[in-house]
Amino acid sequence: MNSTRRRFLQVAGLSVLGLGVKPACDAMAAEPKVSVGPEALVGKRWAMIVDQKKCIKEEEGCKKCVDACHLTHNVPTIPNAKDEVKWIWQTSLEHAFPGTQSPVLDGYVKESLKNRPLIVLCNHCDNPPCVRVCPVQATFRRPDGIVMMDYHRCIGCRFCMAACPYGARSLNWRDPRPFIKTETMNREYPTRTRGVVEKCTFCFERLSKGLKPACVEACKEKCLIFGDLEDPKSEVSEVLRKNPSIQRKPHLGTRPQVYYIL
Amino acid sequence: MLEKALTGSKGYFLWVVILLILIGMGFQFYLRQLAYGLGITGMSRDVSWGLYIGQFTYLVGVAASAVMLVLPYYLHNYKVFGKITILGEFLAVASVTMCLTFIIVDLGQPSRAFNVLLYPTPNSVLFWDMIVLNGYLFLNILIGWTVLGVEKRGAPPPKWIKPFIYISIPWAISIHTVTAFLYAGLPGRGFWLTAIMAPRFLGSAFAAGPALLILFCLFLRKYTKFDAGLEAVRAMAKIVTYAMVASVFFVLCELFTVYYSQIPDHMYHFTYLFTGLHGHTALVPLWWICVALALLSLVLLVPPNTRNNPTTLAIGCAAVFFSLWMEKGIMLVIGGYIPSPLETITEYRPTIPEMGITLGVWALGFFILTVLYKVALFVREQEVGEASH
Repeated sequence: MNSTRRRFLQVAGLSVLGLGVKPACDAMAAEPKVSVGPEALVGKRWAMIVDQKKCIKEEEGCKKCVDACHLTHNVPTIPNAKDEVKWIWQTSLEHAFPGTQSPVLDGYVKESLKNRPLIVLCNHCDNPPCVRVCPVQATFRRPDGIVMMDYHRCIGCRFCMAACPYGARSLNWRDPRPFIKTETMNREYPTRTRGVVEKCTFCFERLSKGLKPACVEACKEKCLIFGDLEDPKSEVSEVLRKNPSIQRKPHLGTRPQVYYIL
Repeated sequence: MLEKALTGSKGYFLWVVILLILIGMGFQFYLRQLAYGLGITGMSRDVSWGLYIGQFTYLVGVAASAVMLVLPYYLHNYKVFGKITILGEFLAVASVTMCLTFIIVDLGQPSRAFNVLLYPTPNSVLFWDMIVLNGYLFLNILIGWTVLGVEKRGAPPPKWIKPFIYISIPWAISIHTVTAFLYAGLPGRGFWLTAIMAPRFLGSAFAAGPALLILFCLFLRKYTKFDAGLEAVRAMAKIVTYAMVASVFFVLCELFTVYYSQIPDHMYHFTYLFTGLHGHTALVPLWWICVALALLSLVLLVPPNTRNNPTTLAIGCAAVFFSLWMEKGIMLVIGGYIPSPLETITEYRPTIPEMGITLGVWALGFFILTVLYKVALFVREQEVGEASH
């Protein structure tokens, strides 16, 4: 009697251990297969070029890329800077490329940029620190290079925000929905709940429908170029071959995939 | 044994009621935070961790105090610590409970906390931190309760508990190391990107935890029948002194590397703390108080005559505790975010609800500590009673 009970407890204990092992095995299993529609844009290494010389001067106040992105993705406009959410925004040289100032470079860059704003967004790093630190794999890197966000899994620990060297990530510090205009809301993209982190996803949802990212489409000056770096005939590959370009903080080893022509 | 917590003097019950009121107030504020979101705190897009994660970081250190008693007692058979080892273990239980609570109140989506178990991610340091903290909590509850339970019957600790006690020693080192690695592995944060982070954590932990224990021992000797013994307190005071000296030394090493190399990404953060940056000076006064308290503690603890005098020892230990609380609990976290990776400056000020929740979690920790100490002291007093017959 006693020995059978003991046996039962042993088996039960092992089974409980087994329940813990299963998710650990799943975590190490191969990546799931994704089916792609016929019209989808498919790439092996998505990248973006910001050709800053073509950007319209600051005083003319063009914000088409920012507005297009934020409208497409229901990014709330929260007046309080503390609670701000942004995926793509305009900043200045010393903020986009801190630590690169020198009188000579400044002279050259200021001449060529002539007060043009710098466009910054998620760099979709090849070696993303945010993905490395996320404890629940709510942010992950797709095989085509897009660093994705799963709003339904994110626990809001903000480790990714500490890890990102580009300040590309925002937490929903409060319910974002009251700050999205109903008349302009995009019904085809989800709104978020409070307490989850979000950022640019290179418009994965538009790519799957054969469309380029919203910011690229909105920029009439062709300041933003998007394409597959693994394809030598793509526009991004050709432009990068012909023009010297820089990346933000390349010394950190993140291998950012947004290239700047200044 | 737990029922012993239900008996006590008027002062004891007054203290318990005060703690319960503070816990209730903290919980009220937490309900508001749950309804509104983390925007109710002073944290922002640029300063995305604040008081909660700071307290968590500091308390991981306090939890270490146990190992500074367990190691001499069990590994070197230093009998003097026999009476107070249990106090260290129960302080660890209360501290780790506070740590875990601070993590939970800091989550944007606390209802999804168990995703960490559902999707185990070995490449995330937070995953390992969850394992070592829960493991340390389990070890200290198990060891403390078992040893106290057999002691109540006048028996020596059972043999099977020994392996757990030995494991708890490296485990205590691991909780600090892993917590330091949360910070020390992030490429874009110059303030935290330093290999001395884990040693610094250990140094400050072995100073702050035992300093608090000394204050408890001095308090208990004055107001209860429990006396830790002069030799035990003096031995702990030496540990605190050496650890505090090491802790200050590590910070000075950091300052040398940062200011001699002149790398801006690393320098700006310290400059922000010492003098302010581009006119932003919110943390400067606090930083200098922190420095002054650290120096005061060394002045009082290093010379043997002030270290052995209970009054100056108490002041020195309080200085250690508060200086390191400012350093780990506030400066280390906030300083890392100012300036931001884009070299913009957003300052941080905790809000009233945020401070209320923080106070509530501390009260919860002290409540657990009070109950556990009450039980431990009851068993100890019983022993004293038997011995005198």
